[in-house]
Amino acid sequence: MDSLRSEPSLLSFRGVTRTYGEGEAEVRALDGVDLDIQQGEFVAITGASGSGKSTAVSILGCLDLPSGGEYLIEGHPVQSLPADVLAALRNAKFGFVFQAYNLLTRTSALDNVGLPLIYAGLGVAEREKRSFEALAAVGLAERADASPNQLSGGQQQRVAIARALVNQPEVILADEPTGNLDSRTSAEIMQLIARLNVERGITVVMVTHDPKSAAWARRQLVFSDGRILSDTVRA
Amino acid sequence: MSLRSTTSVAFSALLRNRLRSLLTVLGVVIGVAAVLTMESLGQGATAYIGNTISGMGSNMLMIVPGSPNQRMGGGASNAPLFTTADLEALRRGTRDVELLAAVSQRPLRIVAGGLNRNTVVNGASPEYLEIRLWGVSRGRKLTRDDERLGAQVCLIGATVTRSLFPGQDPLGQELRVHGVSCRVVGELEEKGASAFGMDMDDIVFMPFTTFTRRITGSDRLGLIVASARSPDRIDDAKEQLTNVMRARRRVLPGEDDDFAVRDPREVQAVLDQVTGVLTTFLLGVAGISLLVGGIGIMNIMLVSVTERTREIGVRLAVGARGSDILSQFLVEAVVLSAAGGVVGIGIGIAAGWGLSGVLNLPFVVPFAAIPVAFGVSVLVGVIFGVFPARKAAKLNPLAALRFE
Repeated sequence: MDSLRSEPSLLSFRGVTRTYGEGEAEVRALDGVDLDIQQGEFVAITGASGSGKSTAVSILGCLDLPSGGEYLIEGHPVQSLPADVLAALRNAKFGFVFQAYNLLTRTSALDNVGLPLIYAGLGVAEREKRSFEALAAVGLAERADASPNQLSGGQQQRVAIARALVNQPEVILADEPTGNLDSRTSAEIMQLIARLNVERGITVVMVTHDPKSAAWARRQLVFSDGRILSDTVRA
Repeated sequence: MSLRSTTSVAFSALLRNRLRSLLTVLGVVIGVAAVLTMESLGQGATAYIGNTISGMGSNMLMIVPGSPNQRMGGGASNAPLFTTADLEALRRGTRDVELLAAVSQRPLRIVAGGLNRNTVVNGASPEYLEIRLWGVSRGRKLTRDDERLGAQVCLIGATVTRSLFPGQDPLGQELRVHGVSCRVVGELEEKGASAFGMDMDDIVFMPFTTFTRRITGSDRLGLIVASARSPDRIDDAKEQLTNVMRARRRVLPGEDDDFAVRDPREVQAVLDQVTGVLTTFLLGVAGISLLVGGIGIMNIMLVSVTERTREIGVRLAVGARGSDILSQFLVEAVVLSAAGGVVGIGIGIAAGWGLSGVLNLPFVVPFAAIPVAFGVSVLVGVIFGVFPARKAAKLNPLAALRFE
């Protein structure tokens, strides 16, 4: 049992609910979810649209807070933390990868990757050095000066992954990372994410529609109507 | 996040929208430029008037007949003119007066060769040009001997030389003033136009004695000019002159004077007052322009916050705090407004330079106004940038990321 372990889980939900709206218009995106994710896991979350999987990832990444229940990071509840501490957590502990890449336009790949480092308080020289290393790790060192509109979708997603990586986070949270990509590019991106999980021990939590992408993960969660329908770990 | 990186982020955001940035700050540019132009011209005018008044003579006082309440140069009065005896009494009865000069003037026809001209002819004792710090550009000045002997000599202004002796050396030439012949012994330094637009070089000076004996036939005089021993004695000198004249003209205690002792600094005070009113008015106009400019900045910053909602979401997701977003947008507004201020300062100084040329005023760079104008434009950016920046900082990260 998880609760008997001496080490608390890296991320854990205790009866987490998340509702939007009020009264009759109330929508329950998450409905009492219990979930523990350990250091180094690779978790894929699937489920129909509106099943609550994106909401779960947003709460995991401290972009959103539960309406009820508790979210603990290494045993510490998150709800009561001030906004600036949540920002610092997002900066240091998590890296985000989005379906739409969300790169800043008219900004070079290198500067996009360096964005989290600005908020970590690093100087220009250190930012450029680490951004360049992160770009090299995703195989885009030679496109450092390119702006997003000069890059293909797959390349843009690599830049986004480099941005998620640059602060050496413990967890990468990916919301449909291959949703805008063709199957060959999807495979390349999934390979990159899997490699970060295996080689660097980064915990990965990924929301996806695509069974092929989900198959890269060892642990599969299926969400339905704001609850976990199944939780299986591949042998 | 350091101020330096915030500023560079702000600069790059503004440069992405050059035309929009430019149009946005036009109000600030115009407001600041108006203030700078006005300051430049105002200081130029003040300097000009100051020069003119100090060019009238050092520590000069003028005694004229008529009530002191009468406007300067305001028409004829019934008060009797002064006499040379008054002059003597003043010389003896005042401690802080250095020089005293009698001046009598009349517009007269002057003739030389086949040419003639109507000009202002002055009979003045030699001290007059001394008090007025007015030298000669060639020839010699009038002397006490000229005065004592009633010599038939005269000094002429540059305008007179040009119209009566074109292309010639006027020295030693004969000039007929109202039928009286006199020899030109010197030409006065050019003074240009007076503060009231009169040509100061269209003038002839003769010894006072010559003028009164041969031309007017009366030693009554309409003006006595005096100089105080030093600038801090002007008020004392004025009081002493007043006391002597009251005694001479038998003005009873409690009665109004029938003469006035004028101080050219009074003119400056009046002109300063006029300049002050204009300054206040133009500052009001500039203030309105800055207000409109500030509202323009607020408007465009609100648009910018909406446009860049997703960018704000991304920044928040990668660890920006609300205060980072706040300072980013605030710095952007301030950079925008301050840049407008800098452009406005440049345009204002350029306009001041151009207009001072047109208006024939000395060009003055209003150094004191530059930091003030810059400070005000920064302040406008802060005041009108706070609201949009706070709006940006309060965005929910998730909602901002999902904003379409």
